[in-house]
Amino acid sequence: MLKTFPIGGIHPPENKLTADKAIKYLTVPESVTIPVSQHIGAPAEVIVNKGDDVKAGQVIAKGRGFVSSNIHSSVSGKVNKIDNVIDSTGYRHPAVYIDVVGDEWSETIDRSNKIITEIALSKEEIINRCFESGIVGLGGATFPSHVKLSIPAGKKCNILIINGVECEPYLTSDHRLMLERGEEILIGISVIMKALGVEKAMIGIENNKPDAISHMTNLASELHGISVHALKVKYPQGAEKQLIKALIDREVPAGQLPVDVGAVVNNVGTAFAVYEAVQKNKPLFERVVTISGKSLSQPGNYFVRTGTPVRNLVEAAGGLPDDTGKIINGGPMMGKAVNSIDVPIAKGTSGILIFPRDESERPAVGPCIRCGKCISACAMNLEPFLLMTLSEKGLFERAENERITDCMECGSCSYTCPAKRPLLDYIRLGKSTVIRMARERNLK
Amino acid sequence: MSPTILITIISLSLLALISAVILYFVAQKFKIFEDPRIDEIQAILPAANCGGCGFAGCRNFAETLVNADTFDGLNCPVGGAEVMDAAAQILGKEAVAFDPLIAVLLCNGLPEYRPRTSRYDGVADCRISNNLYMGETDCSYGCLGNGDCVRACTFDAMYMDQASGLPVIVDDKCIACGACVKACPRNLIELRKKAKKDRKIYVACSNCDKGAPARRACKVACIACNKCVRVCEYGAITIENNLAYIDAKKCTFCRKCVTECPTNSIIELNFPPRRTKAEVQAEEVNG
Repeated sequence: MLKTFPIGGIHPPENKLTADKAIKYLTVPESVTIPVSQHIGAPAEVIVNKGDDVKAGQVIAKGRGFVSSNIHSSVSGKVNKIDNVIDSTGYRHPAVYIDVVGDEWSETIDRSNKIITEIALSKEEIINRCFESGIVGLGGATFPSHVKLSIPAGKKCNILIINGVECEPYLTSDHRLMLERGEEILIGISVIMKALGVEKAMIGIENNKPDAISHMTNLASELHGISVHALKVKYPQGAEKQLIKALIDREVPAGQLPVDVGAVVNNVGTAFAVYEAVQKNKPLFERVVTISGKSLSQPGNYFVRTGTPVRNLVEAAGGLPDDTGKIINGGPMMGKAVNSIDVPIAKGTSGILIFPRDESERPAVGPCIRCGKCISACAMNLEPFLLMTLSEKGLFERAENERITDCMECGSCSYTCPAKRPLLDYIRLGKSTVIRMARERNLK
Repeated sequence: MSPTILITIISLSLLALISAVILYFVAQKFKIFEDPRIDEIQAILPAANCGGCGFAGCRNFAETLVNADTFDGLNCPVGGAEVMDAAAQILGKEAVAFDPLIAVLLCNGLPEYRPRTSRYDGVADCRISNNLYMGETDCSYGCLGNGDCVRACTFDAMYMDQASGLPVIVDDKCIACGACVKACPRNLIELRKKAKKDRKIYVACSNCDKGAPARRACKVACIACNKCVRVCEYGAITIENNLAYIDAKKCTFCRKCVTECPTNSIIELNFPPRRTKAEVQAEEVNG
């Protein structure tokens, strides 16, 4: 029996159209727009001025405070301006506009293809390098990695879990990365293990990627302490708490972090980024992005520099189809439609999906028929129909008692609802309001 | 009469008498004194329970009035001066004069001024679309047009104009209870001092961006050019966060700023039509 999480979950069509498309390097665009907030936490502070010459890998914005991250230039060229840009949040935020000249990288970056297995840095140096290199969780939440790797005093971590689940339909960036950069990922895992001081690491991969499972198992067999585990295919297995439950059968209590049960979860993409930062001294300014959609002529996987407009990626994939209804940043379940095709690709962009009009239109909403499907689909054991009604009516105190903040916004409830009710739309509203209320209460 | 019935009647009567005596003393012991004036005042309040006074319904407001030392800061916007005077008479206090207010929408982003850049097909709820993104146009401050304010209005004083996609406030129905002000996630509704004949002059824009991006997003955006500040003789206009604001208390309705505004973001409502230059000259000639 393959492992999985016990409560809830759904089985959306996988549509992994790009699973056999090798990762290509996207041509460096003529200009990039690098947002200064590509992570959870305080936005970085711009340290370059208009007209400055920058190289790829140079810090252009410094992280402010502990929960923040450095932002590096992804190209070489001249800073054109520092202005607001519409980013994936749908609002305008400050960004650095750079006109590309050539492709010169910082001298400190090791650009050779040689794989370095020896880990020279100490525990503290690794964590510091992760901060310097602007490493954030690449699974989508973009939580700064140095924060995750610094175990708070009094807490103990005894296992590292590596997330190779990629349960979102369409996305194949982690899958391809495991197939093509497996060795680097494993070294990255060893680096993270050293930083955390743990002896054991488990890689969880869903069973719909047998090639990745066998490839990683082969590579890991030579290493001590790292094991690969096939998991039953079920959405949202890639969620931190669900993956911990599936792999090591520990339950993270509400309002606590994985480290409270002795586990730290990192994505395979993050492990690769840690490898590049620690072993090759290459800051995070490039990531794998899946561009997919049934109407696209050439969907694929690309190494994309941060700040590249979505437009360039779409053109590489054969251009925007005429009947496009929505462009989604992220996966089809948790991703968000963008309101401009010039939205820059950021550290958290795992995929860009193009949906034709008939697939992206939202269906007419019917009344709740009390079937309870949303309750059986919820992986967090919540009652989505109730949370929606409470948020809609503005009963936020009660929504808080009904544990609305436990919702991870996976969208299983909205997906499964036969009346097509906008469950998650309202739950998100309620959740953000409750979090704001709680913050104001704490300030008092 | 059988003795059974007799015993029953007597015992039940005794029981009732004893209970009545106990209840009488209990009622005396736990008696709560309630000012009869609260009921009197509640009777004259409009019973709209709109919360416009800032209290939880008319009863709560009546209690507050009875317990208050002065009427400072207390006003029923629905009943207005009439109700407040009557309440003052009952309580033997002075009513404090309140300027009647009216709600205005600080956005004039009609489709012809504010081109659409995307299409929103999610839930028709401003709170949700505001959380999601800047909206269907390039202005991240303007009206989202999903009608939260209209749904919040209990006086039927607002409706959604289908052509413009903006809410419209009906002057003679709006009593400035402030429900729409609270409902708008972008704070686009302001309660302003009501003037004679419902005349209004205000900056119908909330865009805090600098001039160029604001103008790109909407043709009637305030670009903070300072022209209105310079032309105003009464110091009623100030600019903060790249946005002009007209203080309704200082404004004399001279309408100079309206003609001065290069983007027509200051609007005048319910004024008689302006005379053309030719008409003014003709009048001067005629004396």
